[in-house]
Amino acid sequence: MMENAWIIPLFPLISFLLLLLLGKRLKESSAYIGIAFTLFSLIFSLLVLGDRFTSPTYKTGAEWLKIGDVRIRAGFEVNQLNALMLVIVSLVSFLVHMYSKGYMQGEKRFSVFYAYLGLFTFAMLGLVISPNLLQLYVFWELVGLGSFLLIGFYFYKEEAKQAAKKAFIMTRIGDVGLFIGMILLFWETGSFEYDAIFKAAHEGNLSEGMITLTAILIFIGAMGKSGQFPLHTWLPDAMEGPTPVSALIHAATMVAAGVYLVASMFPLFSESSTAMLIVAATGAFTAIFAASIGLVQTDIKRVLAYSTVSQLGYMMLALGTAGYVAGVFHLMTHAFFKALLFLAAGSVIHAVHTQNIEEMGGLWKKLRITGPLFLIGTLAISGVPLFSGFFSKDEILVSAWNHGNYFLFLLALIAAFFTAFYMFRLFFLVFAGVPKKEAGNVHESPASMTIPMLVLGVLAIVSGYVNTPWFGTFLGDWLTKGNTYLEHGHGDSPVWIMLAATIVSLAGIILAYLIYSKRTISRDWLGGQGSMLHNILFNKYYADEFYNLSIVRLTGILGVFFSYIDRFIVEGLVSLVTGTVQKLGKMGSRMQTGQVQQYGTIAFFGLAVLLILFALTGGIFE
Amino acid sequence: MNSVPLSAYLVLALILFCIGLYGALTKRNAVIVLISIELMLNAVNINLVAFSKLGTAPSISGQIFTLFTITVAAVEAAVGLAILMSLYNRRKTVNVDEMDQLKH
Repeated sequence: MMENAWIIPLFPLISFLLLLLLGKRLKESSAYIGIAFTLFSLIFSLLVLGDRFTSPTYKTGAEWLKIGDVRIRAGFEVNQLNALMLVIVSLVSFLVHMYSKGYMQGEKRFSVFYAYLGLFTFAMLGLVISPNLLQLYVFWELVGLGSFLLIGFYFYKEEAKQAAKKAFIMTRIGDVGLFIGMILLFWETGSFEYDAIFKAAHEGNLSEGMITLTAILIFIGAMGKSGQFPLHTWLPDAMEGPTPVSALIHAATMVAAGVYLVASMFPLFSESSTAMLIVAATGAFTAIFAASIGLVQTDIKRVLAYSTVSQLGYMMLALGTAGYVAGVFHLMTHAFFKALLFLAAGSVIHAVHTQNIEEMGGLWKKLRITGPLFLIGTLAISGVPLFSGFFSKDEILVSAWNHGNYFLFLLALIAAFFTAFYMFRLFFLVFAGVPKKEAGNVHESPASMTIPMLVLGVLAIVSGYVNTPWFGTFLGDWLTKGNTYLEHGHGDSPVWIMLAATIVSLAGIILAYLIYSKRTISRDWLGGQGSMLHNILFNKYYADEFYNLSIVRLTGILGVFFSYIDRFIVEGLVSLVTGTVQKLGKMGSRMQTGQVQQYGTIAFFGLAVLLILFALTGGIFE
Repeated sequence: MNSVPLSAYLVLALILFCIGLYGALTKRNAVIVLISIELMLNAVNINLVAFSKLGTAPSISGQIFTLFTITVAAVEAAVGLAILMSLYNRRKTVNVDEMDQLKH
């Protein structure tokens, strides 16, 4: 089965091409094409994953380019991480395809939406089975394109247009880092293949500084895609896209590409403690930074977006503290519960037609299916025991603790408290209390939307049990088996960490309950609306304003400067050349008067001049 | 008998040629221009005859050449005058300045 893994990304590509050709005619039935092809992908991915349990890593490829002695190969690889990612991506993509059928009903460009989904899924699946950096980079850019198209799907809305542009440009900034890192690695090792790079790094063929430099450059690429500080600002804005897109791209797959990249380049990172520290510090800072912004946002999707940024920070922290298994584990559980949360949020928006949580309330009784599912997602992300997020978060905390970086551990713990608090603030504001609006026509979503949520709800609970300190670390053992560069962090996991995580998350939940449901604590006890703290958080630490004033303004000034150079110096030179030629031509044409006698005179004088020259120089008689 | 030197013939031919050239380049009337061209041709004829009698290697071929030239010049004058006639019929002018249609 594994030798046929290359076919998995091709299914969504076929769906994309078919919908491009036939979309106009198929209209809303194009959903079936998209769903069918992603289902094929999912089945194949599951088969591949099943195979991978018993057989070793499969890798194949053919020569792609040959320039002198340089050979560049293309192919695909199925290792543990790839196989797992294939299943996550195709599963979430399949569920989102299904969900969109209900959510996007009545949309004019319905088939275009499905075509874009297909393109994006193709790119993401292609990315995860790439065996070398160059191929990964190609799909990496395709993923960026897919997200650009999907975020800007409502391109007639100014915000969506801006958000799409912002997402594309911000991730491009990161991509430059990845590109430079990739070229540097190729320069040093002569290969794009992961194995060759890891081997060179492991055997000391690369200098210490070079490893650190390339690792950091690659991490900059991951920062762009995974919305790590300071390149995080595009992710919340990307919520302008349709909600299923937010679930697919900005929760489960695309933003996971950055984490996946760091995970698959992990052997390189682990050779440099500086790079690891930077990854961990960036992750921890992003986790707490985004979580604090999430505390005050009022748009349901934006709260989720900031929680995504924060959770991605968690994963980076895990990877940076040598918790390879923890990072990948959280990537998996997060994909499920965050997709669930986004889909449930979409269902809420579908029902009440607003995204402002201040205008919602009392939806628990109206949305009998969405409500409990949203609660499951919220419990999972808050790290309440027995839910999937609890196990993966615990693993991360343990890894941070065992690595000996207690400050980062503390940050992660506080971020966990924030997470529990803002997620339950969201939950109570949306589902508890009394309805704020005239909500007579609130109704539950159709089955095509609730079934994917049910599947994800189940996964959000059970997916944590593949790697627990109680029933065995099956996932961790499997992920690290046979990989010479990875060691399973089997360090002891103190029970008190698990207890601390539980207490912290329960404290967050209780605080949220007291403030937003019971209202025994005033909402403004730490600073109400209009206070400085609230303003800073509500305006996202003024990061956007800062970028606008510094980088955007500077670039604008530079752009104006260069446009003047272009207009006056470059264009001046060009028009000087054309002007001269034109003048010469005009002069020549003015000599052509059609007067025979003038021609004769000129010919005669020309001959005379020639003869005089001849006579003076001696001519041919000399 | 042979008292006139070669240079005298050559100077005569030079003067004749220059007059012809001046007329061909400056006169407005096309008939005068044609006549001036004839003058230039005849200046050449004088040179040919003079060299055939008094040149470094005298030979009869120069005089025969002259006969040819005179014939060709007559033909040329006939054709030129015919063109001029039809041009005059069309444009009602013999002014060379106005004959610049080939420019376009």
